Amino acid sequence: MIDLLLIAVPIVAAGLAYVIRARGWNSALLLGVAIFHSAIVLRRWTYAPVPADGSWIGLDDLGLIVLSVNSAVFLCVAVYAAAFLRVHTPRGGRGFIPCLLAFLGATSLVALSQHLALLWVGLEATTLSLAPLIYSRRDRPSLEAVWKYLVLSSVGIAFALLAVFLLANAQAADAGARPLLLSDLTTRAAHLDTWWLRAAYVFALAGFGTKMGLAPLHTWKPDAYGQAPSLVGGLLAGTLTTCAFLGVARFTQIATAAGLESFVRPLLIAAGLLSLVIAAAFIIGQSDVKRMLAYSSVEHMGLLVIGLGVGGIGVYGSVLHMINNGLIKGALFLAVGNLVLAAGTAVAADMRGMRAVCPISALLVLAGLFAITGSPPFGLFLSEFSIIDGALQQHHPWVAAVTVLMLAVIFVGLSRMIIGIVYGTPSTISAEAAPEREHRALIIAPTLLTAVVLLFGLYLPPSLQSALARAAAALGGHSP
Amino acid sequence: MIQSAAHLLLLLVVLTDFAVLGTSRLSACIRWIAFQGALLGVLSFFGGGELGWNAILVAAGTIIVKAIALPAFLRWAIREASIRREVEPLIGYLASILLGGAALAVAFGLAASMPPSVRDALEVPVALVTVIIGMIVLMTRVKAITQVIGYLMLENGVYLFGIRLARHVPFLIEAGVLLDVFVGVFIMGIVVFHINREFDSISSANLSELRES
Amino acid sequence: MTGPGSALAGLVVLAIVAPAVLGVAGRTKAFLTRRRGAPVLQLYIDLAKAMRRGIVLSNTTTLVFRAAPIVVLAALLMAATVVPLDGRSALIGFPGDVVAFAYALGLGRLLLVLAALDTGSSFEGMGASREVTVAAFVELGLFLAFGTLAVLTKQLSLSGMLGAPLAASWRAASPAIVMTAVSLFALMLAECARAPVDDPATHLELTMIHEVMVLDHSGPDLALMHYASALELSLVGALIVDLIVPRAHVPLGGSLAILAAGLVAVGIAVGAVEASVARMRMPKIPLYLAGASSLGLFSLVLVLWSGA
Repeated sequence: MIDLLLIAVPIVAAGLAYVIRARGWNSALLLGVAIFHSAIVLRRWTYAPVPADGSWIGLDDLGLIVLSVNSAVFLCVAVYAAAFLRVHTPRGGRGFIPCLLAFLGATSLVALSQHLALLWVGLEATTLSLAPLIYSRRDRPSLEAVWKYLVLSSVGIAFALLAVFLLANAQAADAGARPLLLSDLTTRAAHLDTWWLRAAYVFALAGFGTKMGLAPLHTWKPDAYGQAPSLVGGLLAGTLTTCAFLGVARFTQIATAAGLESFVRPLLIAAGLLSLVIAAAFIIGQSDVKRMLAYSSVEHMGLLVIGLGVGGIGVYGSVLHMINNGLIKGALFLAVGNLVLAAGTAVAADMRGMRAVCPISALLVLAGLFAITGSPPFGLFLSEFSIIDGALQQHHPWVAAVTVLMLAVIFVGLSRMIIGIVYGTPSTISAEAAPEREHRALIIAPTLLTAVVLLFGLYLPPSLQSALARAAAALGGHSP
Repeated sequence: MIQSAAHLLLLLVVLTDFAVLGTSRLSACIRWIAFQGALLGVLSFFGGGELGWNAILVAAGTIIVKAIALPAFLRWAIREASIRREVEPLIGYLASILLGGAALAVAFGLAASMPPSVRDALEVPVALVTVIIGMIVLMTRVKAITQVIGYLMLENGVYLFGIRLARHVPFLIEAGVLLDVFVGVFIMGIVVFHINREFDSISSANLSELRES
Repeated sequence: MTGPGSALAGLVVLAIVAPAVLGVAGRTKAFLTRRRGAPVLQLYIDLAKAMRRGIVLSNTTTLVFRAAPIVVLAALLMAATVVPLDGRSALIGFPGDVVAFAYALGLGRLLLVLAALDTGSSFEGMGASREVTVAAFVELGLFLAFGTLAVLTKQLSLSGMLGAPLAASWRAASPAIVMTAVSLFALMLAECARAPVDDPATHLELTMIHEVMVLDHSGPDLALMHYASALELSLVGALIVDLIVPRAHVPLGGSLAILAAGLVAVGIAVGAVEASVARMRMPKIPLYLAGASSLGLFSLVLVLWSGA
């Protein structure tokens, strides 16, 4: 029941933080809860996760991996936030930290759910808890962004709910199964009605795909990522997408167990390729750095789904990529956030030569560029390589070719902007930029995350490797 | 007897869909959606597996949230924004009703090709129609409040599916879903309030500034 | 007793009762708006008075204008011959006579419009254009309603659709049938120039459709036009009565009594509607008709789905 604490403590803390108005206390509470959360998650790695039979809350391999990514990103964002809030006061006032904490509880709920409707409740809670955060700046563009986010995400969530209902109906013929329990769904998958299961999967992909930001349902992403404060953007890109992907993965798990791979895989590959192409198209010629990061997020969601769709070793790559992408997105948003704070604008043309103003953050952004485009020795290289390798091994050469081509185009687009931001002659705006006292805490967080991604490029701890292998097997793939 | 009563309620649900689709008076829209929520509450009482305390609680909860609380909140929102009428929607009211008719044909056509276990259930096509018309309202209306009403209708349609398809889903989940919808609409309402404060209007034409440059 | 005799009896009853229906509608409206209103049988007196008067013809009119009232009435009577007014069979019945019914009504409307245009007055021309617009939408709804009945009873003749086969399937499909009846009622209000589509009591340019087209007729011509209008309302009203109360298995006397009583009820309903709603603005009328047609579409879809 320690697992329940992972959900309960952040929620209770959120309530506390709302009542206690003192900024200092709240920041301490935020940090404390984040550290507590990460400590428990770390301890969970010491023994193999096996959910108790019949319980709605429990951790399996995939859940533990997602939980760890969320916890790590949240911890670093919390550290960043504590320093950030000391200098800046979001105009939203007292809702900032409570919403952050509620978000942590909600993502933990998603990762810990063994019951699919509970997973849905958790995902809806993450949507709602982030909305006030996106609107932190309380100005017109952010109002527009949060409105689009709310409307599109709610429609997606409604479709996901429909998928859950359709899944329950698929189970209806099986009298002995407990409804919507993941273990029963997978072990007794042969009894599931395939017609309903397929309908459920389509709606699940549409609904959870909207939350992930898969094309063509990604249109809320650029606005939301662009207008939210950078640390919220880090949470959006690092943890929310991971949770949404877990939703897709769970449904894929069930479909695979029921033998529907041939139906499911083409859908996933199509969605993934579409996301890659659209991301590439919009990254070229992008002028706002945070919006560009949003499209990069769309790209990586596409990769995740392609990996799931090709099967074989691609699945392993997909799960590994989920980890790496979550961590590096967090790092990038925080580092870019420092640059944006210093320059006072997110328009890339006005942010040239930031190396002179914020040397360490600029270096981190540069490292992040290489990481996110899949260069060795960062971890994303391994994961992207596994996905492409999987595509080739599973006889999808065209998928592999298009993927590589799109990744190349994206590399060009991203580099052009980031190198321009980091190097280049300082424009008038960046020349006047107040070197945002590169507060140690503002740098530590992204540095830590980038370092871990670098580490994972060189060495994967054995416990992580075995967890990845088991998760990949559950999703219909295998490990290298 | 119960069967035909449920049938009648489902037909009324479709009529309320069209009512919302064709009217421009916002208070009328809210009244129709409240009525639809009440219909859903009564239907959830009939449609469940066993008639017990759980069914009563779920029905009561549905009525309280969908027929009383949320419409009251929406009425507060339009009072705050001092609006009474929707402006001409993006595709016009006549085209909306014609689209609704098309949705009707599509939904019943799809329902006829479903597996035999639900071939006779009227809930399935009615739910499908409600979902489609909800999306039509959501996508073609200009004022933010009407878009929220469209979302509510979409949710009602999904809920209707749930009544039929998920008979064994425990009470706790129904409660969770209701709570989520309530909070969701609540937050949307708050955002509409802010939109009104910011722009002195809740026309979503004001919300098209962000774009690729 | 069935056969041409009973059908003829039904037609006679309809012809006699028709003006009274309008009277009932007017009386109801007056009653609901706290006025005394004209007597129920007023229209008979008006018709008799008009028959005794002379005709005044404008120099710009032609034969069309003179022929119109007679053709309008004849077309309506033609339409009435295919409706099973005694509840089981019509004077003339053949597969597809639904279309004949609709287009007989259309013929009457054509002559009415032509006569209005014939006067050369822009006032009447305006009424003519409005009438034709409304008619386009009404026709769609009408065919949807008939389509529903056709699918339900698997008959293509009005005698079948409203006769015994309808009575047989009434129990099972009552929601669809009731919705069709409501849809027909809404369409009737449009077709027969009642509120909320037209105002029979007005003479303001803004609100006239039917009234303006008969403005130039006088004497017996005017009597024929007014009578034809009453007959049309009663005819469509008879359709509605047949839908709500299938009379296929009721003996002739009772069947005719039900017809008369039903027509009175329709008149009361029309009057009640007239008392409660104001006439709609012209742009709203297609919307209203689309709504009525959607109701018809809904019943059609419902019948198709439950039969499939």
